[in-house]
Formats: sequence, structure tokens, C-alpha cells
Amino acid sequence: MGVEMSPSLALVLAVGVLVGSGVYLLLERSLSRVIIGITLISNGVNLLFLIAGGAAGGPPLVGTTEPDQMADPLPQAMVLTAIVINLGITAFVLAMAYRSWQLHGHDEVQDDLEDRRIARRAARHEEDSRADDVGTDLATEAAEARDETEEEHSLETAHHGPRLGADDHEAEQRDRGEST
Amino acid sequence: MTWLVALPVVIPLVAAGLALALAKHSRVQGVISVVALTAVLIVAVALIFVTHTVGPQVVNVGGWAAPVGIAVVTDRLSALMLVVSAVVLLGVLLYSLAQGLADGPKGAPVAIYHPTYLVLAAGVAMAFTSGDLFNLYVGFEILLAASFVLLTLGGTGERIRAGAIYVVVSLLSSLLFLISIALLYGATGTLNLAQLADRIDALDPGLQTVLQIMLLMGFAIKAAIFPLSAWLPDSYPTAPAPVTAVFAGLLTKVGVYAIIRTQTLLFTDGTLDTVLMLAALLTMLVGIAGAVAQEDIKRLLSFTLVSHIGFMIFGISLASDVGLSAAIFYVAHHITVQTALFLVSGLIERRGGTTSLVRLGSLAKVAPALGVVFFVSAMNLAGIPPMSGFLGKAGLLQAGLADGTPLALVGVAVGLATSLLTLYAVVKAWNKAFWQEAPEPLPEASVPRGMFGPTAVLAAVGVVIALVAGPLYSYTDAAARDLRLQDPYISSVLVDDGRGEGQSADAQGGDS
Repeated sequence: MGVEMSPSLALVLAVGVLVGSGVYLLLERSLSRVIIGITLISNGVNLLFLIAGGAAGGPPLVGTTEPDQMADPLPQAMVLTAIVINLGITAFVLAMAYRSWQLHGHDEVQDDLEDRRIARRAARHEEDSRADDVGTDLATEAAEARDETEEEHSLETAHHGPRLGADDHEAEQRDRGEST
Repeated sequence: MTWLVALPVVIPLVAAGLALALAKHSRVQGVISVVALTAVLIVAVALIFVTHTVGPQVVNVGGWAAPVGIAVVTDRLSALMLVVSAVVLLGVLLYSLAQGLADGPKGAPVAIYHPTYLVLAAGVAMAFTSGDLFNLYVGFEILLAASFVLLTLGGTGERIRAGAIYVVVSLLSSLLFLISIALLYGATGTLNLAQLADRIDALDPGLQTVLQIMLLMGFAIKAAIFPLSAWLPDSYPTAPAPVTAVFAGLLTKVGVYAIIRTQTLLFTDGTLDTVLMLAALLTMLVGIAGAVAQEDIKRLLSFTLVSHIGFMIFGISLASDVGLSAAIFYVAHHITVQTALFLVSGLIERRGGTTSLVRLGSLAKVAPALGVVFFVSAMNLAGIPPMSGFLGKAGLLQAGLADGTPLALVGVAVGLATSLLTLYAVVKAWNKAFWQEAPEPLPEASVPRGMFGPTAVLAAVGVVIALVAGPLYSYTDAAARDLRLQDPYISSVLVDDGRGEGQSADAQGGDS
């Protein structure tokens, strides 16, 4: 007996729609949307497993179904495992989103530090080039040129997290300098 | 002796349950964890002897042999990884216990720490011993779920921020892995690695390449290979020092292990070796360029971690016995040295009150022993002869020269440049944190002996690897030869009768 191996088009389309909309949600900033996206994708993958298991058949119990009529039980077992894993992960991410909301009032995935630092440096660079355009005098240039020794007094008053590097001290100094 | 194979997974899981049940008694939890991980270490050392002398060890779960049942396999590579990971896990555990003691009841690790840590150990061991792609996925998920909890321990704003990125990226890699498993199953009808190795050659070459790309993408995110590495330096440094240390040492190497396994067992035709090698070179360069630019010692170390993953991938992409052997040696060296360095950075933070190189200083005067441990580990990382880092790099570069293709020669040059830049980065950290005068007086703090001890021992292990480099290299040579021959693995997993001694109650309708 030839085994029917071509998958149902409806299943394939469902996988496409689920994974596609999941990817869209995954690209969002809000963690709760991200977790919905991940759930959609993993449901899509679960369907993919069912497709991989071939055509539907009878329950794979010896004695109840003829061997060539049986459904492949392995993908079902794997889907079950994947669902359980996804449940646990979803619970964890939701808890994390809630904690983020408690702390910040939102559940958005924030920029990483390096990105923030580069953005800040770019902004500063833009300022500098604008300053060059109008022509700077020696005093402003001298004020901008600093070395590490001059930073020391500012460190005592600066309030910042432990993870900020030299760039951030500079930026902070500049911010203060501009506001006064 | 095959019953040994399952123990590295079973012991930590059982201990995790016990530790969770005894959540109110943190001392008992500590004892349970130490005993469990010591037992795992002993079992792993036993396994290394058995696999080296007898051959790969296979447990058929439930008595059913491989294509029917699930196989748990330990070969030379797995056994070595188990030993190294057990040493590191035990060392870091002792460090965190001492940290808890030193900080008093307030600083003691929260009740969930020990169970989660043991689950992480079980997940790592499961990934190393799984003979089945889906079990590998489950192993990954176990260690990832545990790592999510450990990374966001305490739930401070900074950890939640970093954790969100880490969790989303890890989940993405798991989904890619799961999709490729589904496709592989659809194409071949099996997920057993040994059987896949037999069947995958029959597939269309284009389909093979697609499957290989999908799997590599999933693993490359976990192993932090450029351009999929940006998440690592951002998320690791925010965790507590022992957690960062064990993540840096082990988790990325699980990805590297999975790449070694699939590249040697499933995709042997070398279609993507060039791509992999390019990725390796870029990983080295981009990683080390990031490290040079850092002003924070933990972030600096995270970037060197990314960069040195490139060395291992370079060795794998050479697709030769010597390259693979050197890559495995390098994995063993790098796990210990990177963990030791992160533990030292935890101690630096404790003594100096900060990890920012701008504000640290004069540590060589106030904590000379710490300076020695940092200096030795840092030189080991940079690859100064005669330490193990030098031997690992020398092996890789030799393999690159032996390969002789232009790209491999470029790889050798990049490897040398990366070593030099690593030296520059760690010397900069040394100068700023230990040599220079501190910009402001350091806080009054001391380094507890209990935390310094495990750190020093791990650093010493990194150095001792150099002393046993001869035997270790002949071991990794044998491991690499086994992996590339495939046969010891496949023939010990797939036995001839194909069913094992499993019995079903009613088998009349069955396998005819």
C-alpha cells in the first residue's frame, strides 16, 4: 500500500499564517506582545510537527489498529513536550513582564547599553560638528578637551549606575555644563 | 558500566527536587548541592576512563534500543565536556556558598538559587549526553529555563532589562532549533543522531543545506557567533558574579558542542565550512574590538568571551582531525579560564566596590593575591607560553597552516591578531585596576578566603591543563578521530537486532 505523504494545504497555510504573525509580534517592543508572538510561532511549529508525521490514522496501539493504518505517535509526543515547555516559558516571561511593569510602568524591551552609548556619542558628535560650522573659539575648544585628571572632582557628585564608563561621565559633565 | 551515563542528569535533578523541598534550610541546600555536584564530577571522571578504554557508552532508555527507543550516549567528547563542566559547576557553587556565608543571612542566596543551579547542571549534562536531536532540544530548554531564573535573580530593574533581551533571543534560537527538528523529522522520519547520519545522505543536497543552515543559526545564537552575538555582552554582566561566571564558562560551549556534533555527524560534506570560517574570523575580530573599547571589566570579559568563541569555530570549520582536536582542547581550556576570570572580576567588585576600570585602582597593593590570580588567568586567556591558552591557540594555528587554503591562512593571521589584542585588552584592565593609583580611596572591604579559594583553584586548573597537555591532546586527537570517523558512535548506538530487550505486553500485531 502506498503511503499518502503529501501534506494538507490547509495545514501548511495555517503554519505560514501562525509563524508569520508570530514573527511580526516578536519584533514589537512590548514583552507581552513578544510572548504572544512566541506562542503563535510555537503553535505553528507544533502544526509543522503534525505535518511531518504524515497522514492521520488510527490510534497507534498494538492490537487495536492495523500497523499500516496507524498514525505516527512520535510527533504527537514531541508536540506535547513542546507545549509543556512553552507553557512554562510563557509563565516566566509574563512574570517578567509584570515585574518590568512594576518597576518601570511599562513592559518594553529596552535598548542595550552599547546602543544607548553609541546613540549618545552620535548625538554629541553632531553637536560638535554644528559647533564647528559656526566657528569655535579657543575657549570652547579648551572646555571640550578634557583628560582623565579633570574628571576626578566631578566623580564625587555624579550619580550614576556602576556600569557607566568614561563616555558617560563625559556626557553627564556636558549635560551639567549646559544646564548651568 | 552503562548505567553511569544517565547519572550526570539524574543526580542533579533528584538533588534539585530535594533542595526545593528543603527551601527553608539554606545550609542543608548547600550540602545537597555540593554532594550532588561532587558525585557528578566523580561519575564524569569514571566515564572518561570507560569511554577512553572501552568505547562510547549507550543507555537505552526503557530497554528499547536506539531507533525504537531513546538513547543516551557518552563518547570521548561528551565525557570530556562532562568532566570540565562538573569541575566548573562545583567551583562556582563553592564560591557562591562562601559569598552567602560572608554576607550573612541577608546576602545568602535566595531559596530558589540551589534548585535552579542544579537544574542548570542537569540541563547541561543532558545536552552533552543526548543521542537524539529532540532530547538535545529538551536539554537546551532545561538549561535555558534555569538560566532565565538565575539571570533575573532578585528581579532588580537592571537584571529585568538585561533578562528581557536574553530571554527573547534565547527563545528565538530555540524556535529555530525546533523548526529545524520538525523539518528534519519530516524529511528523514527519525531524530536519532546515529540514524540521521545514515539517512541524511539520501536527501537532496539543497534540502540538506537548508537544514544545516537552520540548525547552525539556532546553535550560533546560543554559542554567540557573530553576527548573532550582540545579546551576550549586554546580558551576562548584569547577573550576580557566580552566575555570570558559570554562564560564560558553560552555556556558550553547549552551543559549540552542538555545532561540533552536527557538523561531524550529520553534515560532513563541508558545504558551509567556508561560511563558518568567515563567521569565525569575524567573531574573533568584532569581539576583540568590542573588548578593547570597554571601560568595565565584566563587559570587557564578555567581549573577549565572544571573540574566543571564534577560535573554536575556526577549528571546527577546518574540518580536519587536527583542527577539531585543537578546537576541543580549546573548549576545555576556555571554559576553565573564562570562569576563573569572571569569578576574579566578582572579587574585584567586592574589594574595589565597582567594576568600572575608570574608578578602580591600586588593587595590586591592597590585594596582591587577587592580582596574581587575575594576572595568571588573563595571561592564560591571551595565550602566553607556556600556558594552556598558548597550547590551544598553537594547535589551532598549526591546523590552519596545515589546511593551507588562503582563507585558513587569513584565519591564522586573524587568530594571531586577536591574541595580541586580547593581550592588550587584559593588560589595559590589569594596569587600570591593579597598577594605577586609585582615583579615590577604595572602600574598606576584604576578600573572603572561601571565595578566593575556588577562584584560585579554577585558575590553577586552567594552568594545570598545560601540564597535562600531552595526554589531553592525545585524548582530544582520539576524540576528533572518533567524531570524524563516525563509526564508533553509530555502531554503538545502532545495535544489530534493533530492538534491545524491551518487551511489550501484546506484540502479535506489531513489527512483522
